[in-house]
Amino acid sequence: MGKTVLLVEDEPNIIEAIGFILSRDGWTVHTHSNGQTALDAIRERSPDLIVLDVMLPGRSGIDILKDIRADEQMGKTPVMMLTARGQEKDREAAREAGADRFMTKPFSNSEVLAAVRELAAP
Amino acid sequence: MTERALAGSRIRQRRIAQGLKQAELAAHVGISASYLNLIEHNRRRIGGKLLTALAERLEVEPSLLAEGAERAVIARLSDVAERLGESADTGEAADFAARFPGWANLMIRAGRRVDELERNVETLTDRLTHDPHLAATLHEVLSTVTAIRSTASILNETKEIEPEWRDRFHRNMSEDAGRLAEGAQALVGFLDGAGDAQSEIGSPQEEVAAFLSAHGWHFPALEEDREGAGQDYVNGAPQLKSASARSIALKVLDCYAEDARKMPLDAARKAVEAQGPDPLALAQHFGADLAAVMRRLASLPESEAVRGLGLVVCDASGTMLLRKPAEGFAVPRFGAACPLWPLFSALNRPMVPLCERVMQPGRAGEEVHFEAYAVAQAVLGEGYNAAPLYEATMLIVPADPADEGGRARPIGASCRICPRQDCAARREPSIITQAL
Repeated sequence: MGKTVLLVEDEPNIIEAIGFILSRDGWTVHTHSNGQTALDAIRERSPDLIVLDVMLPGRSGIDILKDIRADEQMGKTPVMMLTARGQEKDREAAREAGADRFMTKPFSNSEVLAAVRELAAP
Repeated sequence: MTERALAGSRIRQRRIAQGLKQAELAAHVGISASYLNLIEHNRRRIGGKLLTALAERLEVEPSLLAEGAERAVIARLSDVAERLGESADTGEAADFAARFPGWANLMIRAGRRVDELERNVETLTDRLTHDPHLAATLHEVLSTVTAIRSTASILNETKEIEPEWRDRFHRNMSEDAGRLAEGAQALVGFLDGAGDAQSEIGSPQEEVAAFLSAHGWHFPALEEDREGAGQDYVNGAPQLKSASARSIALKVLDCYAEDARKMPLDAARKAVEAQGPDPLALAQHFGADLAAVMRRLASLPESEAVRGLGLVVCDASGTMLLRKPAEGFAVPRFGAACPLWPLFSALNRPMVPLCERVMQPGRAGEEVHFEAYAVAQAVLGEGYNAAPLYEATMLIVPADPADEGGRARPIGASCRICPRQDCAARREPSIITQAL
């Protein structure tokens, strides 16, 4: 069984497209679309990598990331943030919260795939 | 003689280099040629606004005129270096300015341009940050574009794809294309000021504008002079959230009812069909005042004779009290309008009816023509010797550019969104021409 990724994103067609390319790449893909219950999903799945949207219904991705980093069990999980806002202050906020990568929409499949492989590399 | 005392010589030198006559430059900055002559011969000291105006016309930094080239250039170079986070040696800057004056000026201009662009970026960023509707819509559009890009890439690049996945991705793309179209329309609507009026309403006047707009500026029950009709309209209006807005709306509707009594619907329609939307002719026909006729014309249901009319009413401070945009004639929702509108000219000539052909820049860069009628009338005078208060009313009638005969006066909507760079009435730079 390959490595697992949890994709936390509220846009169903992005979930489907990214899920498809990651599955083809050998990943086991779990998805979640609600910001408020995202932490529970992460605890339950214990993924090897998290792809996390910044603007989620219920709770901001940045706040979720802060809680991930403060958690003993999942604090070291690599996290890639996705956002439609690519300004430096948004990148800075993601970096400060502990993001490993920051990807601005609209991104390409190859960019996502390359970043995910790189983050998961031992 | 001090640096500043020699400013006159520099002005003269610069003026001659630009091929300007003394009288021309003097007229441009609003002084007499003889006074400019005294300045140029260093017999009058100069500073403040006049120095700034002269420098602007001579396309040079005021400090270059006041203090001489070298000192000003060195100061500006140091300033540019500081702004870019570099420390600059004053001696090196002086050497650079002396050996390469052209490059030094170029660097200063580039520094100034960076400042301007940074300000524009700040303005646009500020708008994006503080405008939740715009931010949400842009986010939606970008997310949809991402989904389409990602899905299209899969369909294009995956050699072997199961039919059910292929069908699903085709369906997703079709859905996303529809959403993208909606998102783009929402953005255009928002930027046109025609978005979700409820979420954008701020002042009581805006609530009233949304209320009038929702009714198409026409109130059938008031046409019938039904008792309490105005109050009924106000009571059931979701746009009128504040007590102030309801109070203003009631006054507007009272005024509407009064106008309708003077100019009943059928008679007004017939008169307009016979005479066209000419306020003066209709005022004579009905024995009504011009402002009332203009309001009445703007409230008539659309017909062949009355199509796309706009109306703006302002008080003596220039604050807009009523705004009905005409198609193609942009009326700013926030802030001040273009001071070149006949509406404001009317305030300078109370009780004089004005009629002028004007043109506003259209979306595709074309000029859109209108016949603008305006008048300022006293609206209040309680008792004897009371100082009159004036309100100006402007009716905007779409016009055909083909019959303007070269007499249309260029005007704008508001400086911030007006592309006319060389306008004498410009208050601030346009974000359209500078930022985009």
